[in-house]
Amino acid sequence: MQALTNRAKAVDRRPMTFAEKMYIPAIAKGMGITFKHLFQKKATVSFPEKTRDFSPVFRGLHVLNRDEEGRERCTACGLCAVACPAEAITMEAAERKEGEEHLYREEKYAAKYEINMLRCIFCGFCEEACPKDAVYMSETFAPANYQRKGFIYGKDDLLIPHPKEGK
Amino acid sequence: MTLLSIDWFFIIEKVLLISGVLVLSLVVAMYSTWGERKVAAWIQDRLGPNRAGFMGLLQPLADGGKLFFKEEIIPTNANRFLFVLGPSIAMLVACMTSAVIPWGDTLVIAGRPVSLQIADVNIGILFIFGVVSMGVYGIMIGGWASNNKYSLLASVRAASQIISYELPMGLALIALLMLTGSLSLKDIVEQQRHGLWNVVYQPLGFFIFLVCAFAECNRAPFDLPEAENELNGGYHLEYSSMKLGFFLFAEYINMFISSALISTMYFGGYAFPYMDQLGLDPNMVTILGFVALFLKTLFFIFFFMWVRWTVPRFRYDQLMRLGWKIMIPLALVNMLITGALVLARQH
Repeated sequence: MQALTNRAKAVDRRPMTFAEKMYIPAIAKGMGITFKHLFQKKATVSFPEKTRDFSPVFRGLHVLNRDEEGRERCTACGLCAVACPAEAITMEAAERKEGEEHLYREEKYAAKYEINMLRCIFCGFCEEACPKDAVYMSETFAPANYQRKGFIYGKDDLLIPHPKEGK
Repeated sequence: MTLLSIDWFFIIEKVLLISGVLVLSLVVAMYSTWGERKVAAWIQDRLGPNRAGFMGLLQPLADGGKLFFKEEIIPTNANRFLFVLGPSIAMLVACMTSAVIPWGDTLVIAGRPVSLQIADVNIGILFIFGVVSMGVYGIMIGGWASNNKYSLLASVRAASQIISYELPMGLALIALLMLTGSLSLKDIVEQQRHGLWNVVYQPLGFFIFLVCAFAECNRAPFDLPEAENELNGGYHLEYSSMKLGFFLFAEYINMFISSALISTMYFGGYAFPYMDQLGLDPNMVTILGFVALFLKTLFFIFFFMWVRWTVPRFRYDQLMRLGWKIMIPLALVNMLITGALVLARQH
């Protein structure tokens, strides 16, 4: 049979010599290796204090974006919910009233917008589907909570802070 | 001070010394668990415990506290008395051996010489062997009283392992005793203080003793009795809470004592090079000697851990083969050669 690569090595099946049967040189060699590792650079990242750099396309928890004037960009078109393979997104639309122009950018807005982070598979399809650049995936990850219902993120969890008012 | 024909200073001195040695062995054993985890982590390119206190130094306290608060479970069909007796024997035996080890030379406090050895028994080594052999009862009783066939099998394995390795250990020691001509550990150290360390005369004996000490302490590569992943804990399978803690803790105390014993018998004990030529105050030399013994002991504890995280566990038949077919003949040969040399030197 022809080898796929030329890296294959025949197994040495000769009986062990006396020196090999003593095992002491082999153990000493192994201990040398482990001793070297005592001083080597550690692979651990001390997580809460230090985090690793993400790639530019990292997909973390979602945020709902605002425009430069602090108005919510989402128009509750539902494309993200349709695109979502895990069906994690639900929303309720409402019509913008007179005098709310400073709050919502479009004439229709999401009165309720929920993402179930336990269902979400962080594929980023919602981000891609959004025609208004409203849904983005941030670099935040690893949410923690005591109850399952805490993982259903509403608008107050998702909306980014107002650029001027700070909230 | 003599009252009622009892030397009270003597009693106070010994009580303080016993407490000191006990506290020392417990603290060293406690921090061995921390050291074990650190060494394991470093060898595997990890950091090890570093959350509880600076460098994780409070980790042993956290572990101990956790063990105390765990639920105490005694299986329904277990023999309650023996079930409690098992870990007690293990712990008692582990703490008893330190009594005859000379932790240092003599301190002179207020004109009164205080020996840093609890009891200079003239059969010190025999005492240690006698006590250490009792440790197997703790394991055997614990495993048997659990009324669990896996515990029992594991304790049978442990017992046969310990008995098998005690033989070459004793034979290696006989060779050492031929050289020293004394069973008192103090004498052995004093001889090394004025001559070369015994490891120079007994390299093979030292090696056999070291390997057997690994087996006696149930440490890797001889940790079959408690092979965590294969036997689910071995003889202490049914134990929980601090009773489990005692079994584990006894192992670490044993490791400390065997390290101290190896340092004492083969590496000069509290003797260090040029200790009598420094021209220091005798008390100072004694303290330095204690520090020297302590450092040697720490090195051997590290060595125990180093080996544990390098060498994989033996198979049971390999363990027995090594013990009976290799270690015992080697120890016998070592004994014969030593005897011949001692005889040749006398004539």
